[in-house]
Amino acid sequence: MEIDRVDGRTANQLRPLACSRNILNRAHGSASWSQGDTKVLAAVYGPKAGTKKNENPEKACIEVIWKPKTGQIGKPEKEYEMIVKRTLQSICVLTINPNTTTSVIVQVVNDDGSLLPCAINAACAALVDAGIPLKHLAVAICCCLADSGCVLLDPTKLEEQKTKAFAYLVFPNLTLSILPEGSLKVEGEPVEQAIITSVTQGAMSVDDYLRCLERGRAASAKMSAFLRRSLPLQNPSDSSKAG
Amino acid sequence: MGLPDASGDLSSEVEVHAFRRLFPLRFYERHLSESIRPDGRPLGRARDTTIALGAVASADGSALAKIGSTTMLAAIKMEVMTPSMESPDEGCLAIDFHMPPICSPIVRPGRPAEAAPVVSKQLSDTISSSVMADLKELSLVSGKAAWMAYLDIYCLDADGALFDAALLSAVAALSHLQIPAVSLNEDGRVVVVSEEDEGKPEKEPVNREKRKLTLKSIPFSLTCILHKNYILADPTAEEESIMETLVTVVLDSSSQLISLYKPGGPVLANTSAIQDSIALTRQRVRELQKILDEANSGMEVD
Repeated sequence: MEIDRVDGRTANQLRPLACSRNILNRAHGSASWSQGDTKVLAAVYGPKAGTKKNENPEKACIEVIWKPKTGQIGKPEKEYEMIVKRTLQSICVLTINPNTTTSVIVQVVNDDGSLLPCAINAACAALVDAGIPLKHLAVAICCCLADSGCVLLDPTKLEEQKTKAFAYLVFPNLTLSILPEGSLKVEGEPVEQAIITSVTQGAMSVDDYLRCLERGRAASAKMSAFLRRSLPLQNPSDSSKAG
Repeated sequence: MGLPDASGDLSSEVEVHAFRRLFPLRFYERHLSESIRPDGRPLGRARDTTIALGAVASADGSALAKIGSTTMLAAIKMEVMTPSMESPDEGCLAIDFHMPPICSPIVRPGRPAEAAPVVSKQLSDTISSSVMADLKELSLVSGKAAWMAYLDIYCLDADGALFDAALLSAVAALSHLQIPAVSLNEDGRVVVVSEEDEGKPEKEPVNREKRKLTLKSIPFSLTCILHKNYILADPTAEEESIMETLVTVVLDSSSQLISLYKPGGPVLANTSAIQDSIALTRQRVRELQKILDEANSGMEVD
């Protein structure tokens, strides 16, 4: 089924990805991630001593601050903060530095669709740049459902507004090449096929959602490969800045 | 514990409470391995749910929903406003969720709860994603006047599954909503018709009598906790704080998936976990539909 997208992409094609590390001087870790015109900058400071009042002091705590491009901070920003925080909590090893807080600041530079996935990718790359210990990486992608029932990946803002439903999905990214085949199966299904986070908007049938999951997984393999290629340091003499 | 044998029962009870506080995860896992939860529910069952319509007499539509101990009060007030340029024949529905300090010991006055804006945004997204209320029904005079409905939901007791109870109370309030009768007065402005003005001939009623909104497929939700291989439906606040991975599935009565919300969390959800949660939600939708229909028919008898 041929779908005409405005920018000429096929249904399964992602926008050009770009990722750069270590762009901010004072932050302990920073990264910028852009998918087409959507660009997000993430900075990581930490770990700092102490946790916030309601948090468990036996574990490390992650604090996310979301800064929109324009306008005041309102409910959508608070919701994004909560989602990014819980997603990052599932990939960080929280027991290594108990009673500390790591702050992740997400700054939206440009929003052209698929903003939350771009932010999660940027935050994950920034955590790697800061040297925070992680269990595995996270790869986020947006799938939207066109009227014809076709699943489109990585929509632009115009496509997101016109479609009847879309889903933001975050998948784990493991180093399967190192670990042996059988060790990562959860109920017979490889761990990489499980989702960390899912946020949907709009009404779709359950089968459509499961199809989005499959397409998202397939595409996340490509994004994982890109992430692992762009993360290693270009300059081996750069030393870690976390005190 | 050093207590004498005569009060042997008391000493074992004290130990159970202490064990629950000191090692909450092990306490829960001992129960889960027997497929039961500390309050006696099987894993897939939700708590007792009740809906009381018309709880706030001065509001145009209101409902009080209780799921176990979690209590939500929803009320709708209607106001006439000019519609926006992009959609001149549609009204507007503004949803706000409040968590006042009465609901929980962790909410302090002056320090808004972290959950409040998140649940508020989730609710507005869910209600706008579902095709439940057609905003065109809220229009009065196209381009000039339309209804603005303010839906406020107050949490009176926060004991887990806040989104479920809030959505249920919002949906119940919308089904109870009666749009007041209005008419155009001499200046061309729309005013609400009060009972004494019934006899005056100059006012031409735009809306003859109070009418209800037609609700198409109503969304219902179920929050589940994923912990290792177990799926617990309808968690209490204690369960939510110990096992942190939540999945909220919203289905409407025509089985369309309105939202599948899993905001991160230590446990990853594979396809079978997702399908099990959706199956539990389908069952719950049927239960909630029945409870809402009974509440509605109870109101009509009056």
